[in-house]
Amino acid sequence: MIKLEPRGERSRLMSWLSPILAALLTMLTGLVLFTLLGVDPWQALTTILYKPIADTYGLAELAVKATPILLCAIGLSVVFKAQIWNIGAEGQLLMGGLFGSYMALQFLDNDSGYVLPMVLLAGVAGGLFWAGIAAILKVQFNTNEILTTIMMNYIALNILLWAVHGPLKDPEGFNFPESAMFSQSAILPVLIDDTRVHFGLALALLAVVAIWVLMSRSFVGFQIRVLGLDRSAARLSGFREKRLIYFALLLSGGLAGLAGVGEVAGPIGQLIPSISPGYGYAAIIVAFLGRLHPLGIVLATLLMALLYMGGEMAQIELGLPLALTSLFQGLLLFYLLACDVLIGFRLRLTTSKPATAPAAAVATDTAVIEARG
Amino acid sequence: MPQHPIPPRLTLRGITKQYPGCLANDDIHLNIAAAEIHALLGENGAGKSTLMKVIYGLVKPDRGEILWDGLPLDVKDPAHARKLGIGMVFQHFSLFDTLTVTENIALALGDDAGDIPALASRIRSVSEKYGMAINPDRQVHTLSVGERQRVEIVRCLVQDIKLLILDEPTSVLTPQEVDTLFVTLRQLASEGCSILFISHKLNEVKALCHRATVLRGGRVSGACIPAEEDTLSMARLMVGENTPVSTTYPKVLGTTPTLTVSNLNLHSHDAFGVHLKQLNLQVNAGEIVGIAGVAGNGQEELLAALSGETRASAGHIQFADTDIGPLTPDRRRALGLAFVPEERLGRGAVPEMSLTENALLTGFLTGLVKRGMVAWKKTEAFADQIIADYKVKTAGRHAQADSLSGGNLQKFIIGREIMQKPRLLIAAHPTWGVDIGAATAIHKALIELRDQGAAILVVSEDIDELFLISDRIGAICDGRLSPLKPTPESSIAELGRQMAGDFSDAATISPRPTTSRAGSLH
Repeated sequence: MIKLEPRGERSRLMSWLSPILAALLTMLTGLVLFTLLGVDPWQALTTILYKPIADTYGLAELAVKATPILLCAIGLSVVFKAQIWNIGAEGQLLMGGLFGSYMALQFLDNDSGYVLPMVLLAGVAGGLFWAGIAAILKVQFNTNEILTTIMMNYIALNILLWAVHGPLKDPEGFNFPESAMFSQSAILPVLIDDTRVHFGLALALLAVVAIWVLMSRSFVGFQIRVLGLDRSAARLSGFREKRLIYFALLLSGGLAGLAGVGEVAGPIGQLIPSISPGYGYAAIIVAFLGRLHPLGIVLATLLMALLYMGGEMAQIELGLPLALTSLFQGLLLFYLLACDVLIGFRLRLTTSKPATAPAAAVATDTAVIEARG
Repeated sequence: MPQHPIPPRLTLRGITKQYPGCLANDDIHLNIAAAEIHALLGENGAGKSTLMKVIYGLVKPDRGEILWDGLPLDVKDPAHARKLGIGMVFQHFSLFDTLTVTENIALALGDDAGDIPALASRIRSVSEKYGMAINPDRQVHTLSVGERQRVEIVRCLVQDIKLLILDEPTSVLTPQEVDTLFVTLRQLASEGCSILFISHKLNEVKALCHRATVLRGGRVSGACIPAEEDTLSMARLMVGENTPVSTTYPKVLGTTPTLTVSNLNLHSHDAFGVHLKQLNLQVNAGEIVGIAGVAGNGQEELLAALSGETRASAGHIQFADTDIGPLTPDRRRALGLAFVPEERLGRGAVPEMSLTENALLTGFLTGLVKRGMVAWKKTEAFADQIIADYKVKTAGRHAQADSLSGGNLQKFIIGREIMQKPRLLIAAHPTWGVDIGAATAIHKALIELRDQGAAILVVSEDIDELFLISDRIGAICDGRLSPLKPTPESSIAELGRQMAGDFSDAATISPRPTTSRAGSLH
């Protein structure tokens, strides 16, 4: 039997070192894995982690990939601080893309300046709408948001597929499941010439700063943190729990929606079935890897974006499967959780039989978590 | 107890236990003879709990040895302790509400339980023998707290018991129930069972125990025969020479009502909650009203109704000129109501947050938030001032709330509430688990606030505390509140009866609001 014993005081330093340790362990595992696959491990690792950003074009592409992840993750950092587990950034992102596309398709022959803001607002509204459903279910019916948001991811994906195969399909598109290309007025302007880095990146960075201020300086941010740490203290102090839940969920949903519309009105330029390779899910890992802190999230976003690019690069150059990206994401989360547990607890192997009796008393008195191997 | 040539039942030699940052037990020696009732006296944090966990096998000492009937012993775990005949009654019971008494005891005994009907009859005979009437077939949630404690004790007695450890057993009992418990314990001791009675209540130790070992700061600070000591000399052993141990405060009576609760009925939505029934209560400006009661008799529900966590319909809770029944907690705070909850970590303060952030937690209405943004400099100054004025021992305002001792955190919370100059302060168990020095400081702060004209309501299980600081006093039982009496006109015996639900004697001095007041509640 393996027992976990609390180590006492948790160190702040270790809590920041944990993600770094997790990243290193992921790479180490990668090396072993590549060796087993018969690929030169060093070459594989450089192909994944260095080659994609070896030139300025690669760096620009990193920024393009990072934009939606950053928008989703920074929004998630707020809900997660409130201990509300919105797993639905992916669905909210898809709805943002769908709503934004619908709006953009209304203005195919219009080049006035209000088109882009309308498109972006529509995208945000899509995210708000999707997160809002989960919020209403949670606040009014005490539904578990983990379940509803996950389920709504699938609903969102299928609605998007229906739209792109049906009403939003380009009539002149030879029956491909794609919308018409948006007009230039609905496309986010490029920030740096000769790259695909678009205005969405500026919005994402703005969101990072805004949320940093929100969480560290504003009273709403303080209330969200209290709500997450200690619900009964929040209640006793008179914080409006329901309003805070709505605020946090809608904020993260709106930002995910913005991420979605940023993709269709950015690098993609039309609605297609696969507007996201799982950015919304990756953002969950990013939020935790970044310790829910804006600065940490920016760094974790860059790593995650690099993994996406590296996975593609490894497929092209080394013929490795694209599933590599998901594998690395999973490893990263696994090691992060493991590191966090081991920072808080120490493992102890015991041979004694578990105590038979007053289980409740024993558990409360020693706070021993027992895991049977 | 006379010393026998035969070895004592339990001997502790040089028990030492170090926790990170705290030496909980430092070279503790103790022995308990057969048939002896031995008191382990000490304030919270003196090391009593750690020591009893060592005896019960829940904690391994770093150094020292345990002798059982003169032979060295290594208590592996609680199951082993029970096999040896060591039983323990915890302060917080470990019973399952939805199971019967027999089922609970069977669970605790594990493989030794035998078949259920036989166990039930064993429970019945043991409980009769020791004068602790229990029906083995009742579900635990239908039992009073006193009865639940009996279940815990009977659980120990159905086994062959040689040493019974009781952790602060009287804190959940009415004075009359305490007397009954003592009769049981004396009978048990006379049959040869050793009893380790852990307490900080000197009168009880004096009345019950043959010998006492006093702990202070993890060390044995003295040993005595309680019958030959007065309570003051024992208190000195407990707290040291420098802490004042007793004071009295002048009693006053206010006239202007600040809080008036009239005919409050509140249905609890919790299956095991208590419904408030026809509750009437008036707290005047410039007085402290104390409400006694055994835990779980509606205190939580009353406090939640007053804080605003559960809301009442209009017309039942009047604060000065406002009907606050339907108002949310923050609205009530804005009107001048402050609240000190029972759980200081995890309600009164957020454990993982700094003292500065915890100052903001309820202080946000006093100009610490401007246009939605927190004025952190001001908040820090506010936290510093609480720490200085209320002599909170801490590394500073950056310290996390859970790094403070219970007493210091409570001083911080009470300071935070008082510095907002409330017109009404509601405090639940304000000195629960707090050392005597901090308790005295807290009492002084409450009296000072009262003398400045605030109304104060204290709900507590500590009767001594209520008699010390309350100007008027009463008790709550099963969701009903006894009429309040000026403290000098009440007595421990009368309060005890009220805690048991017998309000008969005092019915004539009911402070019900007059009909004209009730009419103006809108």
